[in-house]
Amino acid sequence: MAEAVLARSRMERELELPRRNRAVEGVRGYGLIVAMWIRSTMTYRTSFFLSTFGNAAITLLDFVAISIMFTHVDVLGGFTLPEVALLYGSCSASLGLADLLLGNTDRIGSRIRDGSLDTMLVRPVPVLAQVAADRFALRRLGRIAQGLGLLLWAVSALDLEWTLGKVLLVPVMITAGAAIFGAVMVAGAAFQFLAGDAAEVQNSFTYGGCTMLQYPPTVFGKDLLRGVTFIVPLAFVNWLPALYLLGRPDPLGLPQWAAFVSPLVAFAVFLPASLAWRAGVRSYRSTGS
Amino acid sequence: MVAVVAVAVADALISLDGVEKVFDVRRRVGLVRREKRQVRAVDGLSFEVARGEMVGYIGPNGAGKSTTIKMLTGILTPSGGRLRVAGIDPARERMRLAHRIGVVFGQRTTLWWDLPLKDSYGLMRRMYRIPAARFKENMERCVDRLDLAELLDVPVRQLSLGQRMRGDIAAALLHDPDVLYLDEPTIGLDVVSKAKVRGFLRQLNEELGTTVLLTTHDLQDIEQLCERVMVIDHGRLMYDGPLQGLHSAGSVGESERTLVVDLERELAPISVPGARVVKVDGPRQWLAFPAGASAAPLVAAVAAEYPLVDLSVREPDIEDVIARMYAGRG
Repeated sequence: MAEAVLARSRMERELELPRRNRAVEGVRGYGLIVAMWIRSTMTYRTSFFLSTFGNAAITLLDFVAISIMFTHVDVLGGFTLPEVALLYGSCSASLGLADLLLGNTDRIGSRIRDGSLDTMLVRPVPVLAQVAADRFALRRLGRIAQGLGLLLWAVSALDLEWTLGKVLLVPVMITAGAAIFGAVMVAGAAFQFLAGDAAEVQNSFTYGGCTMLQYPPTVFGKDLLRGVTFIVPLAFVNWLPALYLLGRPDPLGLPQWAAFVSPLVAFAVFLPASLAWRAGVRSYRSTGS
Repeated sequence: MVAVVAVAVADALISLDGVEKVFDVRRRVGLVRREKRQVRAVDGLSFEVARGEMVGYIGPNGAGKSTTIKMLTGILTPSGGRLRVAGIDPARERMRLAHRIGVVFGQRTTLWWDLPLKDSYGLMRRMYRIPAARFKENMERCVDRLDLAELLDVPVRQLSLGQRMRGDIAAALLHDPDVLYLDEPTIGLDVVSKAKVRGFLRQLNEELGTTVLLTTHDLQDIEQLCERVMVIDHGRLMYDGPLQGLHSAGSVGESERTLVVDLERELAPISVPGARVVKVDGPRQWLAFPAGASAAPLVAAVAAEYPLVDLSVREPDIEDVIARMYAGRG
């Protein structure tokens, strides 16, 4: 009996303990958890469609406010309504995508407080993947749909001179923008290991940042523009690419190629964000706060 | 690249050598100034647990039990010393260790709160890459012995504490862990649920040889499950041996129950055969009697001779045993 038990567990040890790549395991675990939440969401289809529609409608309200403004003025900071819609739609789609994929990381503070982070640390999946995937909210597709819809309208209403570069720039802008927002979310979550429940700090950069990016950069002061270009590089989410699409110069005088470096910027902010996250987890594991 | 050389002591599944955990506690002094103080939660802990053992890990609140369990699961990183579980350093290879261990926290669930039990288990199967045949076999065993059949479609948040605990125990075992850690597995459970959980753990240990380390406040958990007990206090190991030895380490040879009687008025310590008064507080008196004896004749004797208003019987608990152990050492 005892020998059989020993033999079995030895056999298993050899079978199942290869050292696996963290990133691959993270993506795999993320996929598993998300798939389960989607299945669970889809058991209540009507509720899903209603909440997705609600999500789209609510996030559209800001644009309704902007259009009302345009009934009194023809241009805002030199931008017409379709031009503002281009900014609004692109940043909404990017934020929606980031929010869908990584938005749940802002719950890390309450997870530390209620101890549910501990249960994640004993599972064979990286914690970031678990935190991001837990309670995956498919209704956030609403914001993405709303953003893409407005973007489509803006592009058709504007008379843009399309080149291959501009066509490619649109999807690059959306995904790189989402990656920049995502990095800010991860960095904000990492900050919560230090500062307790500081989800609002994170939200002020993501949701707050997006509200800013909905307006033309020309309405803001130079110092703010420098801040969001060189410090927290939100300008690369949609301002710089959109200015290029519209054939307008950057108010800070950056060269045209700056419109295409968003993916590099995204990578440059993701790296410190992921390092900060790892440092956060490490500090938790050494203090158990 | 770190080469991990597993130096396995013959069959020692868990081994600790001089393990320490020091917390920096920052306290605000005045408006801005902060005072930094170090707290040694675990202070030079060394022990080994062999494969197939069932060990009770007990001690007062704040003694360092949870900190130890958290280090053994890789949740916390030790400040010093050497720690190995199944040949793995938990702090360095937390995710690899996860395949070897099962963890049940009595106070919180490891299941997904909003999902039916079944879905949680399905997710675990994929997460841990459990082979289909093994998963089916383990599920059948757990569902059958923990009475889960009716609960599989119920979301975890709707389960009672006892049901949830059974669900959690099953979840911790689906991937065939070598060692199962249980942190207060019977806390808040009714008598029937407790018996069910204990019976299941005993069977698990006998049939699969799963090593079990459990912390508890319930002496009966230990009496019915563990041949070996470790007592920890102030982060140090105070006792390591059989439960009987723990009793004799105290001042009394056998565990005692306590009859608490409320009398009509304050009296001198009453005298009843088969019991002795251990404490008097106003009209309330505490009588200790052997845990094996019946309380009925005692109650009859008290009621016959004294103006009895109310009474209750307290089962022996770990705190009493430990308190007596300290008293015995003087």
